[in-house]
Amino acid sequence: MGGARLPSPRPRALWLVAASAFLVGAAVLGVLVGPVHIGVGAILRAAASHLPLVHVGSTLSQAEDAIVFELRLPRVVLGALVGAMLAGCGAAFQGAFRNPLADPYLLGTAAGAGLGATMVVAYAPAGTRGVLVPAAAFVGAVVAVAVAYGIGRSAGGRGAVSLVLAGVVVASFFTALQTYVQQQNVDTVQEVYSWILGRLTTAGWREVLIILPYAALSAVGLVLYGRLLDVLAVGDEEAASLGIDVRRVRLVVIVAATVGTAAAVAVSGLIGFVGIIVPHTIRLLVGGSYRAVLPLSLIGGAGFLVLADVIARTVIAPAELPIGVVTAFFGAPFFALVLRRSRVTAT
Amino acid sequence: MTSPRSPSHSVGARVSAVELSSVSVRLGGTDVVRDVSAVLEEGGWAGLIGPNGAGKTTILRSIAGLVPYAGSVRVGGHEVARLGRMRVARRVALVPQEPVLPEDMRVADYVLLGRTPHVAAFSRESTQDLGVAGTALERLDLLGFARRRLGSLSGGERQRAVLARAIAQEAPILLLDEPTAALDVGRQQQVLELVDDLRRERGLTVVFAMHDLTLAGQFAERLLLVDDGRLVAAGEPAEVLTEELVATHYGASVRIVADPELGVVVVPARALAEADL
Repeated sequence: MGGARLPSPRPRALWLVAASAFLVGAAVLGVLVGPVHIGVGAILRAAASHLPLVHVGSTLSQAEDAIVFELRLPRVVLGALVGAMLAGCGAAFQGAFRNPLADPYLLGTAAGAGLGATMVVAYAPAGTRGVLVPAAAFVGAVVAVAVAYGIGRSAGGRGAVSLVLAGVVVASFFTALQTYVQQQNVDTVQEVYSWILGRLTTAGWREVLIILPYAALSAVGLVLYGRLLDVLAVGDEEAASLGIDVRRVRLVVIVAATVGTAAAVAVSGLIGFVGIIVPHTIRLLVGGSYRAVLPLSLIGGAGFLVLADVIARTVIAPAELPIGVVTAFFGAPFFALVLRRSRVTAT
Repeated sequence: MTSPRSPSHSVGARVSAVELSSVSVRLGGTDVVRDVSAVLEEGGWAGLIGPNGAGKTTILRSIAGLVPYAGSVRVGGHEVARLGRMRVARRVALVPQEPVLPEDMRVADYVLLGRTPHVAAFSRESTQDLGVAGTALERLDLLGFARRRLGSLSGGERQRAVLARAIAQEAPILLLDEPTAALDVGRQQQVLELVDDLRRERGLTVVFAMHDLTLAGQFAERLLLVDDGRLVAAGEPAEVLTEELVATHYGASVRIVADPELGVVVVPARALAEADL
């Protein structure tokens, strides 16, 4: 007995390398592409000159240096963090609720963040909005999910189903409030809409620093819970019979995913589609285990959004497309393609 | 407390593996199980029979610690309600009547889920866990299927995958809820023979709920007949499978044929109409 050993369910190194290469490629493109042409060599020299203990002179002018390191690079990093969060949290929600159509906004995150941001835009003095909008969006998102969880739990019984229903209820209510506030302050509609459509605009490294700790916390939590999400795939009852405290696992995943999504939404508004398309693409490529899907979604989502942002700011340059438009416009056909291919190759 | 279980049990000393004393379960305002008491011996095979809705599944779920109960359910001397999820899962493996098989999941990963109660919270399966799951796959002739997705398996293969997961759990008590409901007569026999082999090899205590009374009587050493949540008869198959008891509790008219080789055969009693002869 005991000759046969199973293949490990962790992602193959090859896939991790491929996803990382995709992310690096997207990031390089993000730093290189822009209205001012700056070559790779010059950027590398400049980067080296910023490092301590390395004595390389930069060939970039001060303005060019600022374009690369204060405009493009922070934007690339922010795009990567937001993309990673949306895709990773989308995958986590799909697992926690065993619902392939779940996205990171499932439990009311979007509506809560929308209400928070709208209130600030409508009522806060103009100068303070830059700081207050992300804070209010974050708080709104977390409050919405907390209320949804409270309602869903008190309904009890059917576990995931009542939670999802509670999320729908909370989202409708918060959206109604948001619409009311917006109608009362018609002059700010434009600003609210531009927030809702999602965008990656940065003021140096500030937004990156705002979301970095939450993103790190969320990513670590989700990757650690990948194995338990795989157990949830057999349903609440069987997962319990395998020794899992289903309610606690679901709560931890919801908290981690909500923190990540709320942080992303706070700095970038509502960017749709990433949280569904990226995890599903990865699932079709590498199979359904969350131990592979979660880390690969984090990396793949980061690359995807950086790429989408490059497109968003070049297609109608010097103007910018809302990034949510790009993710849907290019994401949908791409996903259709992947879906088709997977049908052909499925055995 | 959890000393490694020795694979070979001494056959002579039979201790109780499962003890139910005055167990009652109330679900959704209905008493589903009422005051059931029974002792199941280690290494034995007990069958739960009874009409639809009698409470068979709920009794199995109470042994697996999946429903709150009044009274006492003990496995290996420990009260299930106080044991904690992981520890129950190390002692009791449950194969539900309609297991959820995620279509995308590979057979190998699915069987590995059986190791869940042996893996600490944030760690991953050890090479030993992978070995145990591999052995379970091998034992159920599924090695060739390791990389296949569950969605691509036939009914019999799916049932073997579920059994392999339960075996990988290495729990001394194996609960099977209608394990043969979806299988043809050949597959039914194969699955039950397989369970019987595993029971002997590993000294498992097996409890199954069954609708097919003949098969139940052929495989179980003891039968427990439940009706409307109550235990109404218990004993050897020949004592429980009587025309009177089956008529009373199933509302069925049956003929019982005691065959010296096959044991008790339960046949539906319906005279063939003359026109058909």
